[in-house]
Amino acid sequence: MSTLTKQDTFSSLLAAAPKNFESVRTLGNESFLAQGLPAVKAEEYKFTNISKKLEQNISNFSPALPFKVTAELVKSSVFEGFEGDLLVFANGKFLPELSSKIEDLEVSLISDKPELSLGSIAKPEKDAFAALNQASFEDGIFISVPKKAQIEKPVLLLSFNQANEGQVIQPRLWIEVGDFAEVTFIDQSISLGDTSYFVNKVVEVKGGVNSQIHYYRLQNEGKNAIEVSNIETDIQKDARFSSVTISLSGDMVRNNLNLNLIGSNSEGNMYGIYLINGKTHVDNHTNVDHTIPHAESNELYKGILADQSRGVFNGKIFVRQDAQKTNAFQQNNNILLSEDAIVNTKPQLEIWADDVKCSHGCTVGQLDEEALFYLQARGIDKMQAKGLLLYAFAGEVLEKIEVESFREYCDSLIQDRLGSKF
Amino acid sequence: MSKDNSILEELTSKEYEHGWSVNYEADEAPIGLNEGIIRWISAKKEEPSWLLEWRLKAFRTWLTMTEPEWANVHYPKIDLQSLRYYSAPKQIKKTKNLDEVDPELIAIYERLGISLNEQKRLQGIAVDAVLDSVSVATTFRGTLSKLGIVFCSFSEAVKEHPELIKKYLGSVVPMTDNYYAALNAAVFSDGSFCYIPKGVRCPMELSTYFRINAANTGQFERTLIVADEESYVSYLEGCTAPSRDENQLHAAVVEIYAGAHAEVKYSTVQNWYPGDKEGKGGIFNFVTKRGICAGDYSKISWTQVETGSAVTWKYPSCILKGDHSIGEFYSVAVTNNYQQADTGTKMIHIGKNTKSRIVSKGISAGKSQNSYRGQVQVMKRADNARNFSQCDSLLMGDRCGAHTFPYIDINNPSAKVEHEATTSKIGEDQIFYCNQRGIATEDAVALIVNGYAKEVLNQLPMEFAVEAQKLLALTLEGSVG
Repeated sequence: MSTLTKQDTFSSLLAAAPKNFESVRTLGNESFLAQGLPAVKAEEYKFTNISKKLEQNISNFSPALPFKVTAELVKSSVFEGFEGDLLVFANGKFLPELSSKIEDLEVSLISDKPELSLGSIAKPEKDAFAALNQASFEDGIFISVPKKAQIEKPVLLLSFNQANEGQVIQPRLWIEVGDFAEVTFIDQSISLGDTSYFVNKVVEVKGGVNSQIHYYRLQNEGKNAIEVSNIETDIQKDARFSSVTISLSGDMVRNNLNLNLIGSNSEGNMYGIYLINGKTHVDNHTNVDHTIPHAESNELYKGILADQSRGVFNGKIFVRQDAQKTNAFQQNNNILLSEDAIVNTKPQLEIWADDVKCSHGCTVGQLDEEALFYLQARGIDKMQAKGLLLYAFAGEVLEKIEVESFREYCDSLIQDRLGSKF
Repeated sequence: MSKDNSILEELTSKEYEHGWSVNYEADEAPIGLNEGIIRWISAKKEEPSWLLEWRLKAFRTWLTMTEPEWANVHYPKIDLQSLRYYSAPKQIKKTKNLDEVDPELIAIYERLGISLNEQKRLQGIAVDAVLDSVSVATTFRGTLSKLGIVFCSFSEAVKEHPELIKKYLGSVVPMTDNYYAALNAAVFSDGSFCYIPKGVRCPMELSTYFRINAANTGQFERTLIVADEESYVSYLEGCTAPSRDENQLHAAVVEIYAGAHAEVKYSTVQNWYPGDKEGKGGIFNFVTKRGICAGDYSKISWTQVETGSAVTWKYPSCILKGDHSIGEFYSVAVTNNYQQADTGTKMIHIGKNTKSRIVSKGISAGKSQNSYRGQVQVMKRADNARNFSQCDSLLMGDRCGAHTFPYIDINNPSAKVEHEATTSKIGEDQIFYCNQRGIATEDAVALIVNGYAKEVLNQLPMEFAVEAQKLLALTLEGSVG
């Protein structure tokens, strides 16, 4: 067990926790102390030694203080072409004065909703960081989409992070989507400064029957930031949850995405791109739990790794005994661009039912020499040809984004990163 | 459905055909495990002092190790102190002439269909038969020695070729490699040793046949195969055990060393007693198998058909150290009733232009659990490494499980690695198609399973392929869920 597990290392963080949600926090606290931070050889954190990372960079944990965000900053930060509603956060604290009032949507602070059963979806015992957040989160946001509401425009959750060395930002979201409702969230974080802070985020999504939820995530943290997130949802009968996670920077990023298919005819989709360079380390751990018959899950993660970056992918498909007629597909493709880049991938299937169709595929390779030659033969120089092929490689995931303006924005970010415009 | 059930019933009530045991007068070590026992075994085998030291060192390291728990198998803890670590037929006097071997022992092997008599010449297989803790007979030694090939029991090799043993023992699987390998290093009793000299192509299949007979014993054998430069050998391994209610432990170590341009093909048909249909008894098969392609252009190929054992924990691996070396792993693992298998491979690419191929076919029926666990690792200097992995699982019955845990760790941008896995049940449309053409469901399943496993079975030497096919049919015929 890591030395960080000691109560005193976290004492200032835990002591700073507000006094509400007493039983929820106690549960989180107990669970966190019982688990400790992941040990070096812990299977779930085998290739992502986050405990060491935290020890090296952060000596004293304290909550990050809120700071002032100006309307101009918000205006200049919202991506071009965005049409929709906006919720703004500074270091995880909700800023209602800068956010839009959204019709059909109830938005309030978690602290105003003492009846919420926090931790009932993202269970603290599953992950030490989820437990830490549950024990010591400051406040968070509650979003509720009423029954049958069709929220056509996307809701942009814009988080500004600016913290000193060693400070901890712990955002927490609780999203409730009523039966037959549809909603799209774009979760974007913007880092102001290059300090080494730690973001520990938890998002719990409670979807209704036949609901449609799209959750897009753009991670562009500062190059020294450490981030862990736990996003979990229960998908009800006839409902659909789709996520796209785009990770572009950060020091060490760990995403835990857990989909629990609990109603028949439900569908869970997980897509992601990690396009990283420098010393960035991105770890995507996804878990699909098929508990009922007739459900479907799809997963596609693509990685492009340059410099000394490291990509970790662990996709777990769990098909329980009752989950007959399950269809589950999973794919992970990686391209290594440099001698020093590393990929650790583990597409995992655990199947306890027999009448299922499950498959996974995983590749690590390079660009197709022949395709490259084809382009060069047509007068496209090598660098640009490479960029073009990489762009096409990433394109398969990008096209899963249904909000056009956001897709174009991500597109342009990826083109910038690949060094040329197409 | 009812018909399927009746077929399933029929299948599961099928007896394990090698379940008998024979009473022979045995020379046994006292029960328990301590340094004294190790000294006892070593003295019994008249071993040189360096080997005893090696054993004791392994034992002392083993004492500091803990039993691995990461595998996806569950079983009652084995009380290693209640086992007997040495049991040998008393009358045995190892001779070159088979006529001098106790006819009773020969009868045991004849009953298993393994003829130790020279009539085996027709099939051209040289056999080393290991009963409980000792090697009973090795055939064809004369023919082989003319070519310079050494094929004998491990204990003989220690006496006759100590320099080879000293050089290669523990060079691929270090004595401290893992819990069971360390235990094996401490208490191993016998096994086979094979050395193919430079430039020699072994003219016949070499084979070891393991048989556990005594109760309350563990079998710890050790196989060491050394293929010198430009040599070739194909090696077979088979095993059975009597049906007993208690679990028996089998913890073997196989080491393969392949020099430059050498090729070693290692095939196993593992048919240890799997326990009865309530999951009572059966062998715990905790085996460490590893080969090293030490020289350039060398090749090691593992083929395994796993049908027996209550619990299997086995990962035949290849260390691809030489440039242009090749590692292959072909596996069919069938589990039924309460069997559990956690098996797979490791391909470690160290040399440049190394290639590996993994084909794993898992079939689970009844209430069994079948896991594939594999690792493909491409080291930083392993330029142009290539790997292709295919892991398919077939499920029969809604109480069984199939799991896949592939680890892919790549540290070189020129590597090309592909992994593919599918899990499904036997297609109803395929069965229907066969039914339509007058093929009974039971036969159709055998047909489909055989087709499914063909890619692997094709890798087996002829004589084994036939046996393996029969085994498959016996284990699975008709178990449509």
